[in-house]
Amino acid sequence: MGSKARDSRQAILDRLRSREVTPVELPAIFGDDSISQVAIGFDDPPTQFAGTVEAVGGLCLQVGSMQEALNKLEQDEVYRDAARRCSLVGDEIPGNVNLQEIEDPHELSSLDFLIARAEFGVAENGAMWITDRDIRHRASLFITQHLALVVSRQSIISNMHQAYERIGQPETPFGVFIAGPSKTADIEQSLVLGAHGCRTLTVFLVDEPA
Amino acid sequence: MATVSEHPEKAAAYIADRSRSRWHDGALWFVRSKRDRMAHSLPEWERLRSTASQIKAHTIANLPEILQQFEANAKARGVHVHWAADAQEHNEIVLEIVRKQNATRVVKSKSMLTEECHLNPHLEANGIEVIDTDLGERIVQMRGERPSHIVLPAIHIKKEEVGETFAKYLGTEPGASDPQYLTEAARQHLRSKFLEAEVGITGVNFAIAETGGFVVCTNEGNADLGASLPRVHIACMGIEKLIPRLVDLSVFVRLLARSATGQPITTYTSHFHGPRPGCELHIVLVDNGRSRIRDSDEFRSALGCIRCGACMNTCPVFRRSGGHSYDAVVPGPIGSVLSPAADTKQHRSLPYACSLCGSCTDVCPVKIPLHHQLLTWRQQIASQGLLPVSKTAAMRAGSMLFQHPRIYALAGALGRRALRWLPKSWIYNRANPWGLDRDLPEPPVESFRSWWQTNRQGTSVDEGMKSKGAKNGK
Amino acid sequence: MRVGLFVPCYIDQMYPDVAVATLELLEGAGLKVEFPAAQTCCGQPMANTGCNDAARPLAARFLDLFDPFDYIVCPSGSCTSMVRNHFSDLVGNDPRLASIQSRTFEFCEFLHDVHPIDFSGHRFPFRVGLHQSCHGLRELRLGGDSEQMIERPDKVRSLLAQVQGLSFVELQRVDECCGFGGTFAVNERAVSVAMGEDRVQDHLEAGAEVMVASDMSCLMHLWGLISRQGSPLAVMHVAQVLAGRSPSVSVKNSIKPKAGNAL
Repeated sequence: MGSKARDSRQAILDRLRSREVTPVELPAIFGDDSISQVAIGFDDPPTQFAGTVEAVGGLCLQVGSMQEALNKLEQDEVYRDAARRCSLVGDEIPGNVNLQEIEDPHELSSLDFLIARAEFGVAENGAMWITDRDIRHRASLFITQHLALVVSRQSIISNMHQAYERIGQPETPFGVFIAGPSKTADIEQSLVLGAHGCRTLTVFLVDEPA
Repeated sequence: MATVSEHPEKAAAYIADRSRSRWHDGALWFVRSKRDRMAHSLPEWERLRSTASQIKAHTIANLPEILQQFEANAKARGVHVHWAADAQEHNEIVLEIVRKQNATRVVKSKSMLTEECHLNPHLEANGIEVIDTDLGERIVQMRGERPSHIVLPAIHIKKEEVGETFAKYLGTEPGASDPQYLTEAARQHLRSKFLEAEVGITGVNFAIAETGGFVVCTNEGNADLGASLPRVHIACMGIEKLIPRLVDLSVFVRLLARSATGQPITTYTSHFHGPRPGCELHIVLVDNGRSRIRDSDEFRSALGCIRCGACMNTCPVFRRSGGHSYDAVVPGPIGSVLSPAADTKQHRSLPYACSLCGSCTDVCPVKIPLHHQLLTWRQQIASQGLLPVSKTAAMRAGSMLFQHPRIYALAGALGRRALRWLPKSWIYNRANPWGLDRDLPEPPVESFRSWWQTNRQGTSVDEGMKSKGAKNGK
Repeated sequence: MRVGLFVPCYIDQMYPDVAVATLELLEGAGLKVEFPAAQTCCGQPMANTGCNDAARPLAARFLDLFDPFDYIVCPSGSCTSMVRNHFSDLVGNDPRLASIQSRTFEFCEFLHDVHPIDFSGHRFPFRVGLHQSCHGLRELRLGGDSEQMIERPDKVRSLLAQVQGLSFVELQRVDECCGFGGTFAVNERAVSVAMGEDRVQDHLEAGAEVMVASDMSCLMHLWGLISRQGSPLAVMHVAQVLAGRSPSVSVKNSIKPKAGNAL
């Protein structure tokens, strides 16, 4: 922008500085007597997580291996009917769309099924953290008709304070918590799954001992 | 005076359709009840609220430093940062970015700031198509209305009416009103808009000073699609949306959806820290009167608002009178605090659209003392001479009366006597708004003070025209 | 110990029996109670309209009249809250204010916190809908509200719960505002009436015979609607219930001696 924009920047900052406001201490999130100390925790976070995923409209399947996940998928009508499938979880789950070969995310408009890996899951709300570290087009997460996420049973934590402590500082341009399939209740508060994003969300809670 | 909108008339018009008003009340009470269940599921709920409140108070106190920190970190991540002193400048900045792309098609997810700035008409007047992609906002956009609620923009519209609108604009079956069917039609329609758009505009829920990033929360995934398909993403935010640290999100994300809709978290909580490769990310920081609110010790904490809408869902007035009765971009309790700050005369009736029940203050996730701020506004409106003379004169007269106990006692006795003796038609008429729907109390013969004199002081008191031996009522 | 009885102006003029019932209970507990007869109104209608200049002299009068008392007791949460929470806007510089505020109690609060009375010998064989008045609940914190997640003793309910035969009905909305709101009742008539009708309906559907509240102003508004509708619901101030009044008597406002328990 031209000089006017720079003027506005200075004007806003000057205006704010012209009024001294009594300082307020920034509360600690971690450490003694902080909110993270009193936040809810669960005896069995994975079980709580599985229940919460279902409560927010997802399907949570607990599996022992990726092979077992594939077996479950092959019994799933949605997966069997999906013509264009993309897998970001390795060769154990095959796909026929390769994100690396796609230049323009608009080409993903006909994507039927995407399976990706989440870094961890949160028991209190069923959310899973996914970044664009290994996903060339972040649009794939939102444009696919059906989404499956793989998350390690050992990665499940209780609450969002633990989640942000784990995230630390963001290293990639994009990260998202996804909890359940896309939904809306804008018409008379009737819950409808599949607003703009995925119509279904399947979560594979996979047992991966260290 | 013609420009002043008055809440009581608009509310009365909405309530005249009592069944619609009841339906609206019920729909929002349902949301409030879900919020209560969610809050009850966290033993640390009140601790979360006070932590959030303190973080926001800290941020607002240190706003100049925090804004500059945010700007520096955002720029370091390749984000273009713009500053707008007011709505007009905001609109010009957005238009210029869009024009640089030679773009004519824009998708926009929910942003109360762009509503406040009236961005859509500005872009449309310049030949740019702007499609609101939130389902509720798309419905009101098609109908030529404005959102009636900041989280549930179409909460005032019945599914049959959505069906009529969609039949007209999207070619759905006439008479169809099934929400599933109508949502599917909107999905198909908006998919094509997402794919055509050259620029995506989003709002901002939280911007993080220490990282230079920001967070957008939706259930539908519309902000996410709109920000990840077009090459250019513009995020518009008020300067009060900042928080100092990334970990502060843990507090706000836990509160936001629980307070707003009674969900444990929104479906999508997207964190943007820089543009996609080969793409552009712009942030527009807007003041538009916020720094003025910050000047005020009484109203400063209102800048902590995270736009969850919980105060609207709980407000017994909002639930019955509907969001449009406020005639303001942000309605309900928080809107009644913010709107008079923008134009006191225009919105002078809003602080009175409140029974001072205090429910809003107790649901607010950042502990804004909303009903006390509304009372403060009443003081300011009265002292600025913006109250009708009839009201101030009545208050002065009442004050004089109450400063003279003997005259007060006499007036009370006369009043009670009048209530007993006057014909009903003299008491119940247009001049008595109380009595249009409500009976007046049955007047006792004797006041308490008179009873006290007789029964405790042993002296009878001359209450003007009091007749003796009337202790047992009429 | 001197107790000053603070009687809201509309109770003085329209509901004297509420003040008499309050007085009887306090005197029955052995307290010496005085009614400073020069008292009129605490200024709440003016202050709530924003007219602080009109309210200020009334607040100042209040301080003059009530300063001599050890305790100031009022059968209204709203008027008590005016003194305790809002007088600082009016007479904040008065050195007596803080002390007077700390000595001012809503009636149920006084019986709960300061001077307990045993009501277990009382009988009131009716189904009661407890209307929690907003200022009592959210300004004075006489109980825990449905919005906050804070456990608080319910001071009004705990007094009534001692009474034999009294049962509480379960409301759909336990602490929704009735829509009175002072001048709001007239200024926003349509909303006020809609809120009041919904409140009455909730009590009727719950099967209440008597609606009981600690603020007569809410009940003035609600009774006005009940009477107009011709609904079979009595209204009583909590002091009237505790003082042994019967519902059939209480709907009339004149001062009545104790009566039997028949409706």
